Amino acid sequence: MESIIEVKNLTKNYGNLTAVNNISFCVYKGEIFGFLGPNAAGKTTTINMLTGMAKISNGQIFYKDNNLTTKIKKFQRYIGVVPDESNLYEELTGYENLCFSASLYGVFRSKREKKAKELLEVFQLSEASHRRFKTYSKGMKRKLTIAASLVHEPEILFLDEPTTGIDIASSRQIRNLIKKLNGNGTTIFLTTHYIEEAERLCSRIAFIKNGKIIKIGTVDKFIEDIKESNIIEVLFDSISVNKNILLKKLNQNFPDVECTFKNENTIIVISPDKIDISPIVSFLSSNNIYILEAKLIRPTLEDAFVKMTGIEIDIMKKEKEKK
Amino acid sequence: MKSYIAFWNILLKDMKNYYLKPPNISWGIIFPFAWMLMIFIKSQSAFNINDTFPGIIAMSILFGTTSMLAVTITFERKSRSFERLLLAPISIELLVFSKISGAILFGILNSIIPILISVLYFKSAVLNWYLLFTGIILLSIVSTLLGLSIAVSAKEVFEAQTFSNFFRFPMIFLCGLFIPIVSLPFYIRPISYILPITYGVDVLKYAISKNNSISILLDIILLVIFCVGLFYFSIFNIRKKWIV
Repeated sequence: MESIIEVKNLTKNYGNLTAVNNISFCVYKGEIFGFLGPNAAGKTTTINMLTGMAKISNGQIFYKDNNLTTKIKKFQRYIGVVPDESNLYEELTGYENLCFSASLYGVFRSKREKKAKELLEVFQLSEASHRRFKTYSKGMKRKLTIAASLVHEPEILFLDEPTTGIDIASSRQIRNLIKKLNGNGTTIFLTTHYIEEAERLCSRIAFIKNGKIIKIGTVDKFIEDIKESNIIEVLFDSISVNKNILLKKLNQNFPDVECTFKNENTIIVISPDKIDISPIVSFLSSNNIYILEAKLIRPTLEDAFVKMTGIEIDIMKKEKEKK
Repeated sequence: MKSYIAFWNILLKDMKNYYLKPPNISWGIIFPFAWMLMIFIKSQSAFNINDTFPGIIAMSILFGTTSMLAVTITFERKSRSFERLLLAPISIELLVFSKISGAILFGILNSIIPILISVLYFKSAVLNWYLLFTGIILLSIVSTLLGLSIAVSAKEVFEAQTFSNFFRFPMIFLCGLFIPIVSLPFYIRPISYILPITYGVDVLKYAISKNNSISILLDIILLVIFCVGLFYFSIFNIRKKWIV
């Protein structure tokens, strides 16, 4: 795959504090690359260094093989940046904000007016286009901020926590827009602390903690790496036979798997190898057990994140909500 | 990249959003008018327009530019919209130039009221119109850059305003506007000579009544040096403080 951004040994120090510690990664053309981590992990600092908003203490940044470490300004025309908080002009209308943003990239008047109208349409903000930005809801503000970062048709879009602090409907809409943008060829670099957002959107994810990248990979790879055994969960209505007798029979008939009761209505079947569920289901049915559901239990990205970083997701969410 | 498009649009936005708002226009009219009226009433018998004229122009420019820039830059910085400008593919030099251009124009416009009152009502005879406008332009630039230097150092709007006053008021009394520099105690005079406003006021005095105390060429050269120095000092500070 062709890499569009390559980062080598990037470090950011604020006095004695190391916010980003010697990280290296690649962002491939056309992918959605996610940075997943808790507060103060170094996500925003990394984006700031990549976009020219923070000085680099050490390391190198390449854009399409060109070393831009000391000349990020040259790279800014190719990127769009959506910060974690909207940074548009409160006194300008939605339409004026988009036109102004385009003018900063040298877009001619006729083209920027056309583009602004088009983006307002795409982001479903046409009706509010002549309202001042300060009258917009949080979700609308976030959408317009994303639209403003697209007026110059950037190759790469940096999104810092794009759905934090906005309502569910707007978050959903923004996620769909991100997918659509990516589908149209825009490479996306996004930071998030929402594991499900990373799972749903990202082609590849980097787990980041205390300024260090713990691991980079695809969702499937993360899950595969932590998967120690195959698990099938069998849910049934109720049983008239003795549980211990049933378990004994199961283990005698299926010596390659290990069966246990999870609760009164659920049996867990565990095996290091692939499990063929149909004979087990038939056996249970023949013992007058009415089966409601049998499903393969896969570890989730959340399991992988928790296992690799030692951070509990709920704690991460609460921290962010407090912020 | 067509940087001029960015420059022009930043300037237009600032003029529309900040400088040409009714409160600022009225402030630009009332402020010099009130100062003139005050001095006229106070010294009616001995009132000499040519003594007062340079002072009113200088104060109008100094207060107009520093107040506006301190507010706009600090406000944009606080609301994070300045970040948007820093993320644009334009050099910081051009960005700063476009941000100060609005304030410079505002400063020049602020000088029009005292000129009109002095010339049309008091029949003041300006001796050198070219130098008067050169002085106004240089004074506007240098005052704007002083305002920018203050704004870059402040985090809050009120902080910027307080810093501005801390510099502006002593400057008025030390730059030779009301008290000739030679009449100041000898240990204070060096302070007067390090103030850029001193040289701007001297150019205005020369242009209006040839009542200057420093060589006009030296005034202009020093003003240009102050402008360049303050411009790069502000850019250095923006890079140091805002791109951390």
